[in-house]
Amino acid sequence: MNNLEYYKERFDRLKSAKTVDRFADIRQNAFNDFSKTGIPTSKNEEWKYTRIGNIFNKEYRSLIPDVVSAAAEEALSSVRLPGYEQANELVFVNGFFNQPLSTIRSSDLVILSLEEAAVADEYREFVKKNLGHSHHYLKDGINALNTAFMQGGLFIHVKKGYAVEHPVYIYNISDAGAGNIFCQPRSLMHVAENSQLQMAETYVTIGGSDSFTNQVMEVVIEKDAVVEYYKIQNDAANASLVSTTHFRQTGKSYIHTVTISLNGGIVRNNLNIIMESERSEAHLYGLYFHGGTSHIDNHTIVDNVKPNCFSNELYKGILNEDSTGVFNGKIYVRQDAQKTNAYQSNKNILLSDNASVNTKPQLEIFADDVKCSHGCTVGQLDEEAMFYLQSRGISESTARSLLVRAFAEDILEHIKLDPIHKYIEKLIVKRLKKGTT
Amino acid sequence: MLKIQNLHANVEGKQILKGINLEIKAGEVHAIMGPNGSGKSTLASVLAGRKEYEVTEGTVEFLGRDLLDLDPEERAGEGLFLAFQYPVEIPGLSTTNFIKTAVNEIRKYRGQESLDAVAFLKMMKEKMALMNIDQSLLSRPLNEGFSGGEKKRNEIFQMAMLQPKLAILDETDSGLDIDAIRIVANGVNKLHTKENAVLVVTHYQRLLDYIIPDFVHVLYNGRIVKSGTKELALELEEKGYDFIKNEIDVEEQV
Repeated sequence: MNNLEYYKERFDRLKSAKTVDRFADIRQNAFNDFSKTGIPTSKNEEWKYTRIGNIFNKEYRSLIPDVVSAAAEEALSSVRLPGYEQANELVFVNGFFNQPLSTIRSSDLVILSLEEAAVADEYREFVKKNLGHSHHYLKDGINALNTAFMQGGLFIHVKKGYAVEHPVYIYNISDAGAGNIFCQPRSLMHVAENSQLQMAETYVTIGGSDSFTNQVMEVVIEKDAVVEYYKIQNDAANASLVSTTHFRQTGKSYIHTVTISLNGGIVRNNLNIIMESERSEAHLYGLYFHGGTSHIDNHTIVDNVKPNCFSNELYKGILNEDSTGVFNGKIYVRQDAQKTNAYQSNKNILLSDNASVNTKPQLEIFADDVKCSHGCTVGQLDEEAMFYLQSRGISESTARSLLVRAFAEDILEHIKLDPIHKYIEKLIVKRLKKGTT
Repeated sequence: MLKIQNLHANVEGKQILKGINLEIKAGEVHAIMGPNGSGKSTLASVLAGRKEYEVTEGTVEFLGRDLLDLDPEERAGEGLFLAFQYPVEIPGLSTTNFIKTAVNEIRKYRGQESLDAVAFLKMMKEKMALMNIDQSLLSRPLNEGFSGGEKKRNEIFQMAMLQPKLAILDETDSGLDIDAIRIVANGVNKLHTKENAVLVVTHYQRLLDYIIPDFVHVLYNGRIVKSGTKELALELEEKGYDFIKNEIDVEEQV
C-alpha cells in the first residue's frame, strides 16, 4: 500500500459509503494534503532517522470499517492495566472505539462517538474548532492520513469542576490474527475548567501477523485543569506505531506526561504541548528501554505562545542489542512569550556496540527575556560505578542491572498513578532479568 | 593472610609498581605511607582488581588463593574490602538497596542463603548503632550529595556490613576534618579483631594517631623502601618525605 492509487480508491469508497459525513470537509482537505506529501521519507527532516517506508510496502486489512474480532474481545482481559477495577476503560479495537468493551465508572465523564459529538448542541462548536488542530504542527502525510480516513473516533468530555475519581485507561488492541492489520484510532478530548484527570494508555497486538497503528489524540485543557497522562508501549516486534498526542492548554493549566516505551517494531511518538495561556505549566518525561532490532523515536514540541509559562522535559534512553533511538525536542518561544522558562534534557546509555541513538534538541526563540536550556548526552555505563559495585561483591550482570535501574529512576518516580508505577517497575525488572549484557 | 611478592604493575603503559613485597597476617594493622605519585593508590587498586591496571610480574596470595586470578566481585567474596578514596555517587540507587544486594551476593558466593528482609534489617540496625550512622543517610541515593565525611562513614558502614577479612583503606582521611577522622577511625577500630587485618594507605601520619599500626611501610617510586613500627610514621611526619627520598636517591646513584 505504498502508492497513491491505493488510497485514492479507498478514499472514494469511504466517501460513497457515507450518506452523511460530518467530517467531509476536513477529510477532503486532509486527503488533499496526503496526496501532496505522501508517506514521509528520510528526505523529510522530521523523518530523517525514522524510516517507515517498509511499513507501507506491505498489504494490510484495511482502511474500511471492520468487524470486531472475537479474539480482540478475549484479548482485553490480558491487556488490562493494573488498577483497572477502579478505572474507566476505553477500548479501541483495530482503530475503532468499541463501546460494548468499554466501562464508564465516572458520571463526570461524557463519552460519545466523534460523529455524535459533532452534531450535539453543546459540543458541536468545540469539535469544529479543535478536531484536526494537530495538523498545524504535523504537516507530514502521516497525520493527514489519519484524518482523511477518520472513523470510529471517540469524543471524551470531562465536566467542569470535576476531579475524575477513577483514572481513565485507554487500550488500543490490534488484531493481526487474520493477516496484517492497519489501525487508525482517533480521539478528541475536552478537559473543562477546574477539572482533574489521570489517564493511562497502552497498545497491544494479538496474532502473529504485523500491525501498524497510526494514532492521533487531541486534547484541549481549559483553565485551572490538571491532567496526568501516562503512555505505555510494550508491544511485540511485529507491532509498529505512530502515536500522536496533541495537547492544547487553552487556559492556565497543568499537564504532566510520562511516556514509557519498552518494546515494539518501529515506534514513533509525537507529543505536542501548545501553551496558549499565560502561566501554564507542563512536565514531559520519557523513558525508552529497547533491545532487539526495534526502533524508538520521540518527537516532542513545546510551543510557548503566551508569556510566563514553565516547561520541563527529561527523556532518558537505554538502548541494547541492535536497537536504535531518536530524540527530537523542539521548543518554540513566540515573540509574545516573555518570561518563558523552558528546560529540556535527553540522556542516553548505549549497552551494546550495535545500538545507536540520534538526539537533537531544537530551540527557536523569538522573545528576548526567557530562560531556556537544553542538553543531551550519549554514553555507556560508568566504568567507575561498575567497579565500585563489583568491589562490593556484586556480580557484573547484577551491577549492570542496578545501574540501568538507577538510571531509569528519575523518570519512574514521576509516575504518580500508583498501580501504573508498580506495573512499570515490574516490567523493567523483568526486562533486566532477561539480561542487559 | 596476604602475601605480595615482587609485584609489578602498569597503568596506560607506565610502570607504577616496581617490585612490591609485603606480608600481612591476621590481626595486624599495616600502614603504607609515601609521597604523592609513589604508587600507594595503585597498590590498593591492583589488590581490589581495578581493570585499568595491568600486573606484569609478581604474585599476590590471599588466604591461600591466587588473588590476581579473581574478578573484583570474587575478591570481595573471598573477604577483601577496599574503602574508596573517592566513593562513587550513584543517583537512583538507594544506599540500603545497594548494601542489601552486596550482602546477599557475597552470601551467595559463599554458598549461604540470602538474608530475608527481617534478618537484614536487624543486622543493619546493629551495625548502624555500632557505627553511629543515621537511617536518613542510608535511605538516600548512594553517596549522592553526601559530604566528604558522610561518604567515608558510609564506606566504613559498608565494611561493617560486609565483614571483610582484609580491609584496605585508601586515603580514607583525605579531605576530612579531625572530628570526621576520629569517627571513621573509631569505626575501623571497633571492627578490628584478631581474625581480620587492616591495610591503611595514607599520605599523612595523623590518621595513624587513631588507627594505631603494627607496621609502617614507606612506598617510594613503586617500591617499599623502608619498613618499621609506628615510630617510623612519626619520624616521617617530623622530617617529611624528603629525608627518605634523599636517602634512596643517593643509594640508587651508588
